[in-house]
Amino acid sequence: MTKIKTQFKRRSFLKISAASGGGMLIGFSWLNGCAPAEDPGVAVPNEWFDINGYIKIGDTGMVTIYSPNPEIGQNVMTSMPMIVAEELDVPWENVVVEQAPLNTGFYQNQFAGGSLSIRLSWNALRMAGATGRRMLMEAAAKEWGLTVDQLTASDGMIKEINGDRVIGYGEVAGKAVGIEVPEEVDLKEIKDFKLIGSSKKNVEGKKIVTGKPLFGLDHKSDEMLVAMIEHPPAFGMKVKSFNEEEIKGMPGVTDAFIVDAALEEPARFDVNAFPQLIAIVGKTTWPLMQAKNALRAEWEEVGVLESSDIHAERIAQAFKTGEISESRRDGDADAAFEKATTVIERAYSSPFMAHNCMEPMNFYANVTEDSAEMIGPTQTPEALEASVAQLLSLPLENVTVNMTRIGGGFGRRLYPHFGVEAAAISRKVGGPIKLMYTREDDMTQGTYRPIYESRYKAGLDEDNNLIAFSVRGAGLPDGPVFPNRFPAGAIANYTAEKIKGDTNLSTGAWRAPRSHFTAGAEQSFLDEVAELAGKDPIEFRLELFDRAKNSPVGKKYDYDADRYAGVLELVKEKSNWGESKEGVYRGVAAYFCHSTYVAEVFDMVLENGEPKVQKVWCAVDCGIVINRDAAKNMIEGGVVDGIGHGMYSELTFENGASNQKNFDNYQLIRHSQAPKEIEVFFVENEIAPTGLGEPGLPPAVGALANALYKATGQRYYHSPFATADQGQKKMMG
Amino acid sequence: MAEYNIRVNGKNQTVDVDPSTPVLWVLRDHLDLVGTKFGCGIAQCGACTIHIDGVAMRSCITPISAIGDQKITTIEGLSQNADHAIQKAWLAHDVPQCGYCQAGQIMSASALLDENPTPSDDEIDAAMNGNICRCGTYTRIKKAIKTAANS
Repeated sequence: MTKIKTQFKRRSFLKISAASGGGMLIGFSWLNGCAPAEDPGVAVPNEWFDINGYIKIGDTGMVTIYSPNPEIGQNVMTSMPMIVAEELDVPWENVVVEQAPLNTGFYQNQFAGGSLSIRLSWNALRMAGATGRRMLMEAAAKEWGLTVDQLTASDGMIKEINGDRVIGYGEVAGKAVGIEVPEEVDLKEIKDFKLIGSSKKNVEGKKIVTGKPLFGLDHKSDEMLVAMIEHPPAFGMKVKSFNEEEIKGMPGVTDAFIVDAALEEPARFDVNAFPQLIAIVGKTTWPLMQAKNALRAEWEEVGVLESSDIHAERIAQAFKTGEISESRRDGDADAAFEKATTVIERAYSSPFMAHNCMEPMNFYANVTEDSAEMIGPTQTPEALEASVAQLLSLPLENVTVNMTRIGGGFGRRLYPHFGVEAAAISRKVGGPIKLMYTREDDMTQGTYRPIYESRYKAGLDEDNNLIAFSVRGAGLPDGPVFPNRFPAGAIANYTAEKIKGDTNLSTGAWRAPRSHFTAGAEQSFLDEVAELAGKDPIEFRLELFDRAKNSPVGKKYDYDADRYAGVLELVKEKSNWGESKEGVYRGVAAYFCHSTYVAEVFDMVLENGEPKVQKVWCAVDCGIVINRDAAKNMIEGGVVDGIGHGMYSELTFENGASNQKNFDNYQLIRHSQAPKEIEVFFVENEIAPTGLGEPGLPPAVGALANALYKATGQRYYHSPFATADQGQKKMMG
Repeated sequence: MAEYNIRVNGKNQTVDVDPSTPVLWVLRDHLDLVGTKFGCGIAQCGACTIHIDGVAMRSCITPISAIGDQKITTIEGLSQNADHAIQKAWLAHDVPQCGYCQAGQIMSASALLDENPTPSDDEIDAAMNGNICRCGTYTRIKKAIKTAANS
């Protein structure tokens, strides 16, 4: 049994006053209260007992588990409590889940990003459950005059090993007042897991399908006003003035002003191209939308108004003179290319893209003289708290942040500027407001996925062995290369260079940052190299993993060759790779990022001459799987997202502004373009779990490009594949 | 401003709003029915889908003045207790990820099944193509529609 040190500051059980639920910890009961995870297995309690900030037990045996991290659709609100419930050993039917507020003094890593929620909280969540179980057992032991080792606890019941006495968690919780938090607790053996690895439904599923208020945009409070903004129409512009009096005089508008949300010391996530905004405030939304249409503003040019042509020139320039921010060099690639019998060079590119969370940016702020209450959708509540505190010159403890369910993250909500703007507007108005962006505000605000280009070169010897490989990748503002990732370590002569460029568009992390592009480029390139070498694409990769494992080249590389090969072997088996079907064209890719390995095989068909992904097989190694069906859902979503953005999505620029401002000309994947079937298989092991929010996406772009080649006979280098010119320009200078 | 008497989810409601106000904002701001979502404001994403006399419509571009005596049904009025066949199928397939678009998806899907109880894949695509799911739950949505159709 694994022992783990507990880290709770609380000394003992705290008895809590009678109530039906919600808000015991820090007065957090603003929206939901307690909601049964599924159909509750027990009655609603009259009394609750706070165990440790993650767990609250009711006198009927109902258990509230607090989910610490933001829920952006990655389903942590179900999977994180499952981990606590596993170690507490309580029937899932007895569990209700609540979103915890930001509490930096208690929880750690309360953010949603980098596919890190489960990975970083695995131990803390297990410890919370195990500590609760141990303390309940101690209470029962005390009650019965026994020692803890004379008891067992499972399924919410404590039993005497050599006797008949039985007591439920709910009953014993009331007797546990004064029980000390143990210094060390035992964790379950992985083989004894009952909940972890099973499939539990989304705890908010029923609320979602019945339209209950869950999201930031759904939040309301008494006296709350609605605020909308107008930011400059182009990057490189700043607001100067607007027809303030006219706007203020419009029906339904209570105030209009220029608001400054600039921070003197911006932190990592304080990305914002437009800190000065026109704000319009009123009681309801529609009059504000009309007022936005009636705005006549004067904008000031303060920087270059960039265009797609300028971006292309900047990328080309970056390859010539750009700063190399990371690199790796093994052997002598130039010399090896000279010796090679066959050399292949290819360039891959991808445009700027927007996140396009379905729920537009919004936040509720209620700023007073000495406090700020913030409620809404953020992936980084802690960063938001700090930025709001800085803006308002308030101590951190005077800023509270509560997280709503979030209508999509994808990296967009790592950047809390919209929350900071809400706070600035609330301060000016002197009361609570909910700021909301329109779709156009959202899509043109920036924080974009950078534009990328990568240039790959490979050299084969006369026996078709890959003896030299180089990749140089540039982007605005940074390149998409991971120098120590595959195929580093597998090729004798290898160079990788990540190159910086320049733009005044604001950019940010976009689901699987850089990996989503690199996987597409590298996995298509390797497919083409394998074909040139006359090798099966899976066998070709497996040979490289073999090499990396058995005779690694150079310094340490950033992947486990066995696990990488493992997902390829699994997807090969599950998809019956090698079998050919009339009219079905197959592509494969594998990628490792965010600590998870994923391999995918795509079956493509031509429908009325149009290529369409029909079926997808995915093999995933994320260590221990927490919530199996939800984990599959994540991978399925990643696949669809990869196909969508690989095929259809792009932003183009003229005069500093994107040509695409809404979904009429920014294309996102739709029902008819999605695969009919996606099968997901997991490598079964006992490795500590890693995340799934991002890793399903990157290989999809590669498998898509490779299947497209088989279906059409043409290689796809430039996304969006459906519309971009696929020609190879002269690139190596 | 003008007064409108409308019937929403079987209840008579009176609202005093500008005639151009989209039904979406009447529901969300005036009637506290926030299950219907704002996504694009130009009828391109389907998050705001409601039923008007049983037909799936985009409430973000439908002005209140166009409603007259037509009956409005929103996600809140689709069933009493999440027991519409479509809602049950959504739960059975655990469709949602972020969940934001799902009310619109469900309203489009339920209108489809009312009109065509056994839709083919192509018919599902045609009826659902106006509803974007940014999380990419399309495969599950299609399965859920088929499950509901067979129930």
